[in-house]
Amino acid sequence: MRSRLLALLLATACMALPAAAQTQSEIRIGLGDDPGSLDPATNASFVGRIVLQSACDKLVDIDVDGNIVPMLATSWDWAADGKSVTMKLREGVVYHDDTPFDAESAKGNLERYLTMQGSRRRPEIEAIEKVEAIGKDTIKISLKEPSVALLALFTDRAGMMVSLAAFEKAGVQAFANRPICAGPYRVADFKPQQSVTLERFPKHWRASAYSFDRVTFEPFPDSNVRLLNLRSGRLDLIEQVAPTSLASVEADPNLRITVGQQPAFTMIQFNLTAPRASEAFAKHPEVRQAFSLAIDRTALNQVVFSGRYVPGHQPFPPGNFWFDETSPAPQPRDVARARALLRQVGVPNPTLELLISTNSEHMEVAQVVQQMVAEAGFRMEIRTMEFIAMRNAALQGNFQAYMVPSAGRVDPDLNISLFIACGVANNVGKYCSQELDGLLAQGRAVADRNARKPIYQKAVQTIQRDAPIIFLFNQRSAFGHKAVVQGFKGFPDGIVRLEGVTKVAGR
Amino acid sequence: MTRLIARRMLQLLPTLFILSVIIFLLQRLLPGDPALALAGDDQDPRVIAEIRRQWNLDLPLPVQYGYWIADVLRGDLGQSMRLNTPVADLIVQKLPATLQLAVMALLISLAIGVTAGVISAVRKGTIVDYVANVVALAGISVPNFWLGIMLILLFSIHLGWLPASGFVPITEDWRTSLATSILPAFVLGSHFAGVLMRHTRSAMLEAIESDYVRTARAKGLGEGRVVLRHAMRNALTPIITLGALEFGSLLSGAVLTEQIFSIPGFGKLIVDAVFNRDYAVVQGVVLVTATIYVLMSLLADIGYILANPRLRG
Repeated sequence: MRSRLLALLLATACMALPAAAQTQSEIRIGLGDDPGSLDPATNASFVGRIVLQSACDKLVDIDVDGNIVPMLATSWDWAADGKSVTMKLREGVVYHDDTPFDAESAKGNLERYLTMQGSRRRPEIEAIEKVEAIGKDTIKISLKEPSVALLALFTDRAGMMVSLAAFEKAGVQAFANRPICAGPYRVADFKPQQSVTLERFPKHWRASAYSFDRVTFEPFPDSNVRLLNLRSGRLDLIEQVAPTSLASVEADPNLRITVGQQPAFTMIQFNLTAPRASEAFAKHPEVRQAFSLAIDRTALNQVVFSGRYVPGHQPFPPGNFWFDETSPAPQPRDVARARALLRQVGVPNPTLELLISTNSEHMEVAQVVQQMVAEAGFRMEIRTMEFIAMRNAALQGNFQAYMVPSAGRVDPDLNISLFIACGVANNVGKYCSQELDGLLAQGRAVADRNARKPIYQKAVQTIQRDAPIIFLFNQRSAFGHKAVVQGFKGFPDGIVRLEGVTKVAGR
Repeated sequence: MTRLIARRMLQLLPTLFILSVIIFLLQRLLPGDPALALAGDDQDPRVIAEIRRQWNLDLPLPVQYGYWIADVLRGDLGQSMRLNTPVADLIVQKLPATLQLAVMALLISLAIGVTAGVISAVRKGTIVDYVANVVALAGISVPNFWLGIMLILLFSIHLGWLPASGFVPITEDWRTSLATSILPAFVLGSHFAGVLMRHTRSAMLEAIESDYVRTARAKGLGEGRVVLRHAMRNALTPIITLGALEFGSLLSGAVLTEQIFSIPGFGKLIVDAVFNRDYAVVQGVVLVTATIYVLMSLLADIGYILANPRLRG
């Protein structure tokens, strides 16, 4: 019986070997989740952006240093008042259905994002007042108010151009499974929860820069399982390697780690409005500052993430252009000062309930923070909820403090204003400062990076002073890939770009 | 016999109706709704309201139920809000993988569990019995998640014999299909194999000590014949019930195994649907699973009658 079982196992093993073989020009990428809708108008997931990057070219893109560079738009000029931008479009570009990309098409695309029912892009680009096609290859975008951050949004899904003829023909549902764009790869097959297969588009304007004939994305929600599939050779590249697994991957001579430099961050937002807010936290900025001072961010990063993240306390990591160097990184822990601040406002032992998701890393972070702030006199409780339930509670204001990560955006305005400007949807703590809103509006009106930077330094200092949000650390996206995959780079938005990536033959 | 089956089929209707109400209401008790999941990071209230309107989530619950059940009766299980695909299509796509996994797991657990149970009962008190009991206890106690990862480490990474994940339908390429599903089927069946071993052992012990077995032995029948034809046939009745009921559990229990081995089956479908509040998918999948479960218990009753002639009267 035993020998028969062994024989059966060996036989099945031998049968499996051919299945593991891959063609040279294919790359298999393991994602942390399903991409969801593949229509750039309705996609709402980070991994969706990874798939769409290879399928849908955008008006502009970013380079490895985070600078905005031409893609479907070859150049652009901001009006002096920051209220309009004129973009010159690339000629000779066609969509996957062979229809041409031109100014009318670009105009139609932006109007689709602004008017389509259920468009997730509308809130992002609603500063647009009108789009005009000037000739065949130029568009002029006029804004309701100055917003140079718009260009950064065009490096993401809001800048992705799709064939409107194909959209009309397919309808909303079918188009979400098979979008027709103008990227280097076209969607050949989409099996929900299983795989997305892209095929080379030979008519792409830079087809020669892409070496793979086929790109397959597969979702593996568990990071251990994702890594096991990379180790077994089934996958060539995976995203989101857990910080605790990095050392073992680095020790493997067949694998490599590439770290993305995106301005991601994890923060705690305090509820500042009754009736659910913690009174001490809502009333006294000193209590919130004391809470922040009581946290040893370096130790937190060492304990939970084996030192692999960045212990910052700004929405940009050190080294990022927008990082405020005048503020020490990380903020030094000062328990004595934290206690003094609490005594100053007459609340030596404030209580706080921290709402977190059931993510194991977040639970560890919350527990470490709980221990640290207890030394300064805080009595913190942790309330865990499944992600959607947590979002629901946060949006309804049913929380005292809320820990949430952000994948980060390239433009500094989007890393701040989306969470904390007066009245915006994600400002669940309801902080509202005319001073901060004024600075953000000022920043949006200035196109020159060097002139903008001091404005955002002031904005970050205002946030640190009022502490409606405190930043805990800047997470980094680590990609694991086979050593034979070469030319792969970590970009500041954490998105996989396959331009120039190759697999070395014969290994 | 036919009348009995017809009567039992009729009894299914109210059961399924009550089930449909429970399935519909239970997930709406969870905080949050699909609009929150679909809205993504920037939870603009206008976008959320639009999604709710688009999917009729702003209507009163009885009206929503009415729409859903009317569609179900017409054979339309609705549309997945997240995957942009009809639920019926998703079920047709995903059910074969889970069914194949469950059938393989059932066969593996029957082969291991019943064999080990019979040997253990016949060799009661020997080292074989003790070893079988310890292995059965391990099968019941070891978490699927851990066992799955250990097996992937051993067979896929260390030995390189089997793929770490993925699934190929048996109709497409039976050899690759076996290779991709043998590990998950073993992991899924390990718990039930342990349970079966213990049940078979105790049922066999009871049968072996009964009068008719003593009589069979007294008649001079060989031990093999006594054990297999006389004792085992009687011991089989509770095992059939257990097998039938467990098949339903294997379908729903595939959730974790499918996650570990990244098998695009029912389990993965429903876990993702619950976490994203994809109501139509949860409702459709649970309704279909529950119907299979109820039908399996009907089959168990029929199996009882076939195995035990005394129940036919």
